[in-house]
Amino acid sequence: MSADDRGAVLVVEGLHKTFTLHTQGGIELPVLRGVDLVVRPGECVALSDPSGSGKSTLLRAVYANYRPQRGRILVAHDGGRVDMAGAGPRELLAVRRRTIGYVSQFLRVIPRVPTLEVVVEPLREFGVPRDLALDRGRALLTRLRIPERLWNLSPVTFSGGEQQRVNLARGFVADFPILLLDEPTASLDVASRALVVELIHDALARRAGIVGAFHDAEVREAVATRTVSLHGAGAAA
Amino acid sequence: MDADRPLLRARGVTRYYGARIGCRDVGLDLWPGEVLGIVGESGSGKTTLLGCLCGRLAPSGGTVEFTQRDGIVVDIPTLPEPALRKLARTDWGVVHQNPRDGLRLGVSAGANVGERLMALGARHYGRIRQTAADWLGRVEIDRGRIDDWPETFSSGMQQRLQIARTLVTEPRLVFMDEPTGGLDVSVQARLLDLLRRLVTDLGLAAVIVTHDLAVTRLLAHRLLVMRGGEAVEWGLTDQVLDDPQHPYTQLLVSSVLHP
Amino acid sequence: MSHYNFAFLDEQTKRMIRRAILKAVAIPGYQVPFGSREMPLSYGWGTGGVQVTASVIGPDDVLKVIDQGADDTTNAVSIRRFFERTTRVRTTTRTDTATLIQTRHRIPETPLAEGQIVVFQVPIPEPLRWLEPRETETRKMHALEEYGVMHVRLYEDITRHGHVETAYDYPVLVNGRYIMRPSPIPKFDNPKLDRSPALLLFGAGREKRIYAVPPFTAVRSLDFEDHPFAIERWDQTCALCGAADVFMDEIVVDDKGGRMFVCSDTDFCERRRGR
Repeated sequence: MSADDRGAVLVVEGLHKTFTLHTQGGIELPVLRGVDLVVRPGECVALSDPSGSGKSTLLRAVYANYRPQRGRILVAHDGGRVDMAGAGPRELLAVRRRTIGYVSQFLRVIPRVPTLEVVVEPLREFGVPRDLALDRGRALLTRLRIPERLWNLSPVTFSGGEQQRVNLARGFVADFPILLLDEPTASLDVASRALVVELIHDALARRAGIVGAFHDAEVREAVATRTVSLHGAGAAA
Repeated sequence: MDADRPLLRARGVTRYYGARIGCRDVGLDLWPGEVLGIVGESGSGKTTLLGCLCGRLAPSGGTVEFTQRDGIVVDIPTLPEPALRKLARTDWGVVHQNPRDGLRLGVSAGANVGERLMALGARHYGRIRQTAADWLGRVEIDRGRIDDWPETFSSGMQQRLQIARTLVTEPRLVFMDEPTGGLDVSVQARLLDLLRRLVTDLGLAAVIVTHDLAVTRLLAHRLLVMRGGEAVEWGLTDQVLDDPQHPYTQLLVSSVLHP
Repeated sequence: MSHYNFAFLDEQTKRMIRRAILKAVAIPGYQVPFGSREMPLSYGWGTGGVQVTASVIGPDDVLKVIDQGADDTTNAVSIRRFFERTTRVRTTTRTDTATLIQTRHRIPETPLAEGQIVVFQVPIPEPLRWLEPRETETRKMHALEEYGVMHVRLYEDITRHGHVETAYDYPVLVNGRYIMRPSPIPKFDNPKLDRSPALLLFGAGREKRIYAVPPFTAVRSLDFEDHPFAIERWDQTCALCGAADVFMDEIVVDDKGGRMFVCSDTDFCERRRGR
């Protein structure tokens, strides 16, 4: 890390990601070509590129859901640094449990698990006692206007908007130092979008570092402390 | 116990059937609380690999090191049979694809669950029965069936009974071979949910062999893809399934039907 | 007189059986395989017991043979006569003067003494056979002390009947190590096995196994803490001698269902009556 990066929670250096589709004759799709990014506590970095330019790819690469070809993704974890592009599975899992929270565009639904359980699961890793965890889960679900009668049901049958709000509750229930938000307000109405903005502000207030793709300009303006482009000239602050 | 020492460490595991390769040069590490899925199609060598890991098959080469509860590391392929059998009863569990292979069909459900406890010296009938009843509840079998014979259970119930029987001694490592094979879809969902919760609640480490990617998505943290006896790709489950690198993995993932 | 060797068996066979007995005594409760010979009685009628007796009996022994506690039942009489003919050894019905007692299905009520040998006739020696038909597997289970299944058996009994249903041939743990079937003696007799001053030998002719409990060895009947081992009790006393706390036979005396209880151990009953 250079002097610029001191205190950063996330540093991306020279990240390259190319997809090779063997099932389609081996064609190559380069998506990220040497991305650099620095995120500090209390920052919300909004990725400004248009759809399909790799915002999701970057977020997934940071979460180790995608495997980059080149570059480093340094994350402040447990007092040290972990390179998400090269670390072993055990470390990656540890980082996901306690350091990086990821809110995707849609909820991955596991049948039979009640909404409240889905929401509080991340708190287990932080050793939060169960009754406290349930209280926080309930509070967050209430805040996101998920009616109580749905808390004991699996989100399988919920509407897209409801599922996304459950997804958000799960993403924000624990105090992750780093949050990755991939179109968090997709399929939400105006009132819900405002709630999301609130949640992001709360996270920033507790000094989380956030990187996000926000399609909605209003939301982006309300939460971003900085806007960068993945393909513009330099993304490091 | 040394937190940096994996629970199970395999290196260069190789098994030939005559001139044919069962599996070749496979390595893996497994830590407590992790679930590793081994996927592949028929003939990929995944069942052979599992057999070598749990001592059922003798590998032609390689080591499989297991860290016991007392911290001592043992090499499974060279472990004497008495020690292996003891391990299988205490620290390990095996869930067979066909529950009948893992149950005593001639004794009651309660006796099936209680047997391991009795084998370890439990001598209080009331408490053994209570523990058995608790476990039946945990695997969602009606406690009123504690005295029924497994023959009278549906296959899904038999599988859940097998799981209760295996987990009652809270083993640290569980080997599962196609645990949901042969079950109806809705029954599978219930079983997977149960396994998921138990793995989390008990902090189990598990090796699950399956051909069903959906099972791995749900249960496994990490994935190992086998083909023709070789490990062709490995990594976090979601990464292997969402961003497969190897051509075979890509083929496998793209072949899954999405309803 | 007789053209047979002393005690019928040839000396080499006796040596082989004695070696098996020595091994059995050295490992209390462990089933020792032996080369069971054809005897002039059918399998299931005590060939194992007879071979053991034939191997240990000497000219100075005093032999008692009982079946179901009685000296005068057909089998007891036959076996006693067999030994009379082949050994010319003194026989008796008295437990206290016998040096060697062959028995089927009972241990005498009269307490045994140091120096006495009791030979039991055993049909099925393997306690684990009920659950595991494979001999290869049961041998491993004994070797590795994998005895969980024995308590499963008791568990099932309690579940099904509220108590352990096994009334005879009740499994025991010998010397804290091997689980053994004490032959079809009633569980009433099990406590007599524990630290008996006598040498207890068990022979199974058809199954070709010999096992032993040396004198003063701990023998514990299997049970649960909350279902402790308990022996049978009768409300009646012996109609002939008045003894209580003995194992009794129930005898139907008429067509109207009249019955009486008498000591199963005939010698014991006679002693008490002063005969």
